Amino acid sequence: MRKMGYLISINCVKLLITALLYTCVCSSSVEQKIYVELNQTVPCVRLLNATHQIGCQSSMSGDTGVLHVLETESDLDWILSSGPHPPYMVILETAFFNRSVMMRMKNSSRVSGVAVIISKTGLAHDFSPHTTCPNQNTGVYSERYGSDLANCNVTVWNPLGNGLSYEDFPFPVFALKDENQTQVIRKCYEDHNQRVNGSAPQYPLCAMQLFSHMHAATDTVTCMRRTDLQNRFGINPEVLCDPLSDFNVWTSSRALNISSKGHAVNESVVIAATRLDGRSFFWEQAPAAEGTVSGIITLLAAVHALYPVTQEAPPPRNIFFTFFQGEAFDYIGSSKMVYDMEKNDFVIDLNNVHSMLEIGQVGLRSGRSLWMHSDPVSRKNDDVNAEVLEMMTRMRSAAAGLNVSVAHPSFTQALPPSSLQRFLRAGLIPGLVLADHQTSFNNRYYESMYDDAENLQVTYPPDLSPDEQLVYETDAAKSLAEVATLVARSLYLQAGGENSSLSNITADPKIVAQLLYSFVIQKNNSWLRSLLPPEVTKKGVNSLLSSGPPQFYIGLGPRVHGPVHSVTRFVQYILANLTGTVTNLTENQCQDPSELSSENKDLFSYFWVSGPVSVNSSSEPLCVRASVRLSEAVSPAFELLEYGSRDYSTWTESRWKSIRARIFLVASRELEMLTLGVGVAVLLLSLLATYFISSKAELLFSSAHDTPTTAY
Amino acid sequence: MTVAVFFGCTFIAFGPAVALFVFTIARDPLRVIFLIAGAFFWLVSLLLSSLVWFITVQISNKNSATQQTGLLIFGVVLSVLLQETFRYGYYRLLKKANEGLLALSQEDTMPISIRQLAYVSGLGFGFMSGAFSVVNILSDSLGPGTVGIHGDSQHYFISSAFMTLAIILLHMFWGVVFFESCERQRWWALGAVVLSHLVVSCVTFVNPHYQGSLIPTYIILSVMAAWAYLCAGGSLRNLKLCLTCKDKDFLLANHRPR
Repeated sequence: MRKMGYLISINCVKLLITALLYTCVCSSSVEQKIYVELNQTVPCVRLLNATHQIGCQSSMSGDTGVLHVLETESDLDWILSSGPHPPYMVILETAFFNRSVMMRMKNSSRVSGVAVIISKTGLAHDFSPHTTCPNQNTGVYSERYGSDLANCNVTVWNPLGNGLSYEDFPFPVFALKDENQTQVIRKCYEDHNQRVNGSAPQYPLCAMQLFSHMHAATDTVTCMRRTDLQNRFGINPEVLCDPLSDFNVWTSSRALNISSKGHAVNESVVIAATRLDGRSFFWEQAPAAEGTVSGIITLLAAVHALYPVTQEAPPPRNIFFTFFQGEAFDYIGSSKMVYDMEKNDFVIDLNNVHSMLEIGQVGLRSGRSLWMHSDPVSRKNDDVNAEVLEMMTRMRSAAAGLNVSVAHPSFTQALPPSSLQRFLRAGLIPGLVLADHQTSFNNRYYESMYDDAENLQVTYPPDLSPDEQLVYETDAAKSLAEVATLVARSLYLQAGGENSSLSNITADPKIVAQLLYSFVIQKNNSWLRSLLPPEVTKKGVNSLLSSGPPQFYIGLGPRVHGPVHSVTRFVQYILANLTGTVTNLTENQCQDPSELSSENKDLFSYFWVSGPVSVNSSSEPLCVRASVRLSEAVSPAFELLEYGSRDYSTWTESRWKSIRARIFLVASRELEMLTLGVGVAVLLLSLLATYFISSKAELLFSSAHDTPTTAY
Repeated sequence: MTVAVFFGCTFIAFGPAVALFVFTIARDPLRVIFLIAGAFFWLVSLLLSSLVWFITVQISNKNSATQQTGLLIFGVVLSVLLQETFRYGYYRLLKKANEGLLALSQEDTMPISIRQLAYVSGLGFGFMSGAFSVVNILSDSLGPGTVGIHGDSQHYFISSAFMTLAIILLHMFWGVVFFESCERQRWWALGAVVLSHLVVSCVTFVNPHYQGSLIPTYIILSVMAAWAYLCAGGSLRNLKLCLTCKDKDFLLANHRPR
């Protein structure tokens, strides 16, 4: 009986604890009556460099404002001057997201925040929030080098740029991408905030609160100084900002021994480069289809086309393929690689570099010719000029049998923003930048959220399943495949290969179609899943493979999914698949093959991948050996601790605690004051009444039978 | 809604209770102790009733709305009955304690009469009941938003504050009437207290038609106030005398033997 009683009391205790936990976990139901949390938030965050801060900031406890949808010019006047309920939270229709409107709101004190509706309806003909002259201070052109070409004096590369991404806004700016959420907000606005016959709407009004408080301020120098102070003296040090960093991906046609750094003896290298990243006004949104993906796909397809030929008939020079991360932010990846080469901290150094071919934006040529851009200042040197002319000749001859033509701009013009400029800062290197534009960009949505599949003219016929879309060869895929073939053949010729082997070098349009689908439509597809490691493809919070296209923003160091950014990983594993060989190592051997004599960790990397899905929908993981490597892409300014550096990128991203948004109704100030007044009145009245009653208590509560001496 | 509404609703809900505490209870430590003990008894009754409700909800069908509403009504009724049971239990405890207190104290007289105990325990019940009714609502009223985005009435906060005010005062009056009727073995009065408590609690199911719940509650409040005044030894005559500002000597002089 005692044991029974003991058991019952234990069960009661457990039930009590469960009851307590249950109440802690549930959110208050009153809160649910008041607020509607917006789950999909796309904020604009603060970035800092050596001298400025850009981006958006909210106050510590969020910014609240009465909703107003900006659809016409009169709405703008209402918000900025005539509306009776400032501050306003502006819901910006797509057509009004331009520089003039944003700057007018920036200078007004009646705007507490902006939420931009991102949709294709009403989208302007062009929209680029980037500057007109990208990376103008960290390229090669300055007062000392090509001063007449510096600062886009001759050619403005991005004339449609409005520079919004580089403005500093004192209020939060969020993007509304989810159509259902936008509908909820619109409904609240229509129910409560609509103007009836021109008169002001009545309280209660629909309002929105945006939280995006950024910890860093002023510039990188200040932020780093404060972080250092915290680390040295603080009990609980808090980092305020992090440098933008990630990894570059590189491979070579002949494997290079990474244990030997500095000048590689008897190695003459042709560098084939492109960029890996993009950006937009909002955080982690950068579809970068024409700006970045076109170059990545071209180079990957060229690697795939070259690989069998370079193994059978190796050319005299090595071909070094590299994908630079962080080029949108003052050339982070390329400046780091050049810095490592100068310090003899890389497998090759600048003396090994014979020439360089860079793939710029090549997606929008529309059947016209491609353009080879060169640097006129370095070409004043005869040797460099001769080599550049040779490169152009080789390229023309490679284009001979193809559906692509190449041309060189007829007038003296600077190089477009490219990693080649960083190499030219370090030494005279003959190089070309291949692009689809002669003067300014063909890309009307450069570095914006609208540079997506539609901008790259990637369209699929209707009624195709995802797997069919994956392998369907669109016109864009065929065009890029031709460019890739041109690039591959030119590189082979540049590396000293024979003309006779050229016809064997052709880019496979199917590979290009798969790459295009994975990079601009949907990254979660069967082909990409088979290339990646098994743990990455598992479903769950840490899965790399969420739905939709990948975003190309560089981000910060170690990420949730693993030590590298998802795009960097994709390119790494795709390269491993395209240039690697399958080995029959087990998983443990694949992680660490140092004990096996037949495998060489200095020459190759070993990747444990999921493998193709077989007929009965199971996949056998396997070990792939490839000479694909990652190299750190952190700006040298952070290694040298020169946070105010003018030569290197100093971009950092601020840290924050919480970024969220919610909508609710607000009551008028009069009603609130009335409530307070009533409360104070009730309190005073009750104090008076109680004092009165208690002082007259003997009189009020005296009855005959109530004598103090009676006990009960 | 903001700090103004927070303070406004706090003052409305707890104003009279705080005033009563400051002027009548705070000076006497014994009363404070009995107040807190009363609050604790109410808390235990709430704990028990919430335990029962929690278990029944877990074993019920969560998707059926009618079942959930039925369970809520059942929970409310059970809670009211348990509160009154605990009030009776507190009464018995106080009776026993009284004898002990008398034995302990040096004086011949009772340090605190049963009538005062009734008032203090009722107020204790009221404080704790009010706190649990309104504190989470008050904390949500601090934020910038007000109720209404899903179509609920805007007057949620202020109605809750007034309801809490009524409940606290009602608990006090019920305590007085309850103890008095237990003393005099008037069981019908006991039943009336329980019944009125049930009515007040169940009338809140009419919300969000706040007029439908507040008006009956305040009517019952005034009735109970009058009843408690009579039980506490007041009479209409005393009230008239007080209001016309006649003092104690006059009363003694005119005192008629019964």
